Amino acid sequence: MTRGRRWRVVVFVIAAIYFLVPLVAAGEFSLRKPGGGYGFANYLAIATDPVLLNALLVSLEIAVVTAVLVLILVIPTAVWVRLRLPAVAGLLESATILPIVVPPVVMAAGIAFVQANLDAPVFRSLFSSSITALTPFYVVLALPFAYRAIDNGLAAIPLRTLVEAARNLGAGWASALLRVVLPAIRSAVLGSAFLTLALVLGEIVIARILLYTDTFPIAVVDVGRSVAGVSVALTLASLLLTWVLLLAVSFAGGRRTSRTS
Amino acid sequence: MTSLLEQPAAPKETVRPARNWRAGLGLLPFAAYLLVFLGGPLYFVITGALTDSGGRPTFANVLASITEPQYRLAFASSLLLSAVTALIGAVFGVFLAQAVITSRPGSPLRRIVSTASGVLAYFGGVPLAFAFIGALGQTGLATLFLRGVGIDLYAAGFRIDSLTGLGLTYVYFQIPLMVILITPALEGLLPQWREAAENLGASAWSYWRHIALPVLAPALGGATLVLFGNAFAAYATALALTSGSIPLVTTSIASALSGNVLAGQQNVGLALGLDMVVVIGIVMVGYLLLQRRAAKWTSR
Repeated sequence: MTRGRRWRVVVFVIAAIYFLVPLVAAGEFSLRKPGGGYGFANYLAIATDPVLLNALLVSLEIAVVTAVLVLILVIPTAVWVRLRLPAVAGLLESATILPIVVPPVVMAAGIAFVQANLDAPVFRSLFSSSITALTPFYVVLALPFAYRAIDNGLAAIPLRTLVEAARNLGAGWASALLRVVLPAIRSAVLGSAFLTLALVLGEIVIARILLYTDTFPIAVVDVGRSVAGVSVALTLASLLLTWVLLLAVSFAGGRRTSRTS
Repeated sequence: MTSLLEQPAAPKETVRPARNWRAGLGLLPFAAYLLVFLGGPLYFVITGALTDSGGRPTFANVLASITEPQYRLAFASSLLLSAVTALIGAVFGVFLAQAVITSRPGSPLRRIVSTASGVLAYFGGVPLAFAFIGALGQTGLATLFLRGVGIDLYAAGFRIDSLTGLGLTYVYFQIPLMVILITPALEGLLPQWREAAENLGASAWSYWRHIALPVLAPALGGATLVLFGNAFAAYATALALTSGSIPLVTTSIASALSGNVLAGQQNVGLALGLDMVVVIGIVMVGYLLLQRRAAKWTSR
């Protein structure tokens, strides 16, 4: 038993060193002032630089629309598969791996081809702004982990009983989903929404290749070519913010289940 | 009346398929969305790769994408980088996942590792690239610290925007992804197997060697393949860390697409994309085969 514990401690110490050193170093780097000494100037750039601030708003808008679309696609499908089509559950589980490994750069290459060569009105309005052009494809990128998170959430509740009870009491499908299932899996829903936020705040490949330079991650990388400290500060801040949100959801969800059991 | 009496014989044959078919309709929005927004771009990559700039069918782009020296170098570095970081990530990821699983359920440590895995695995490479510049760049904290104790990384030839630096950064998101992928399989190891082995006098080592590892092997192989695909597909880290100076397949695609210098170069970029899809396709078939074998143990 003690031997087992010692082995775990070694693993955790190595992991802590490897994972914390770059974060701490990035923190130290982001606080450096050009003339020496430390200060929060790099973090304040988000408030003083109108380009960065505008980019943050664009990306948050994309993140919200993406998250809503992802949840609309995923929740009914995952519920439906669990209730009516358990036979294809394994197939869908494997299919959700696909967008992890289909290279975003290849997706971007295909989209860029459409952008350059097809000129129907539907494409012109699709490519008219970064929000309309990027959101549909960010949904694809976000689907795999959103599906896994929601499906895990559904596995943890008595889904069939809840839905059948709601239906017996006269609820339609939509109302059973919205008023019974959705509240029961709210921590999984919030979790996938925040992971979508993480994805949108980190995606630069598709945006760069399609030449939409007004998103937050692109603006952050571009500002880094002149002031590296600002890039480090803002990416670190967005990483930590997303993580804190997820951690809060995890603790809130954990408290709820331990209280009811 | 007769039809009512005759009915009970029929349902099994006729109603079942009809109901399954209608149930399948529930998947339609999800499938249609993927078909349009994932299948659409892939369709144009494939057709573009197989035509010249005038739209006539040709294999010249695909041939160029696998024979020209610059692209062969790019494939070699991409494959090497993906294989090495997938193996390192898989080994460390398994140890970390097992350490987390055997710790107290619901403990803060467990929540921290699992949520951090999610963020790190999906945030993509941009924050990681900047964090590593802060740590191991020319004036990074770790570089300065190591120089202070007498190890000068940059004098020894290390650069953060080299293949080694890139690999070091990749492992940072490979380990969390491995933790996410392998945790269900590790949780599927039944405690009874270990107890039975121990009662028969097995040591911890022989339990792992003869029981746990053979059971885990397909899941471990499958997860390692996904890690390989993940690294092979990754571009954001390279873009943020090096602005595209390392020859990778993803970098070559991007420069072929943006370089309007040579006519037909765009189609070579699409052909490189097609090559990547083929590599990823082979990896995914291997993953699905292994996944099917892994499911043999989890379904019980």
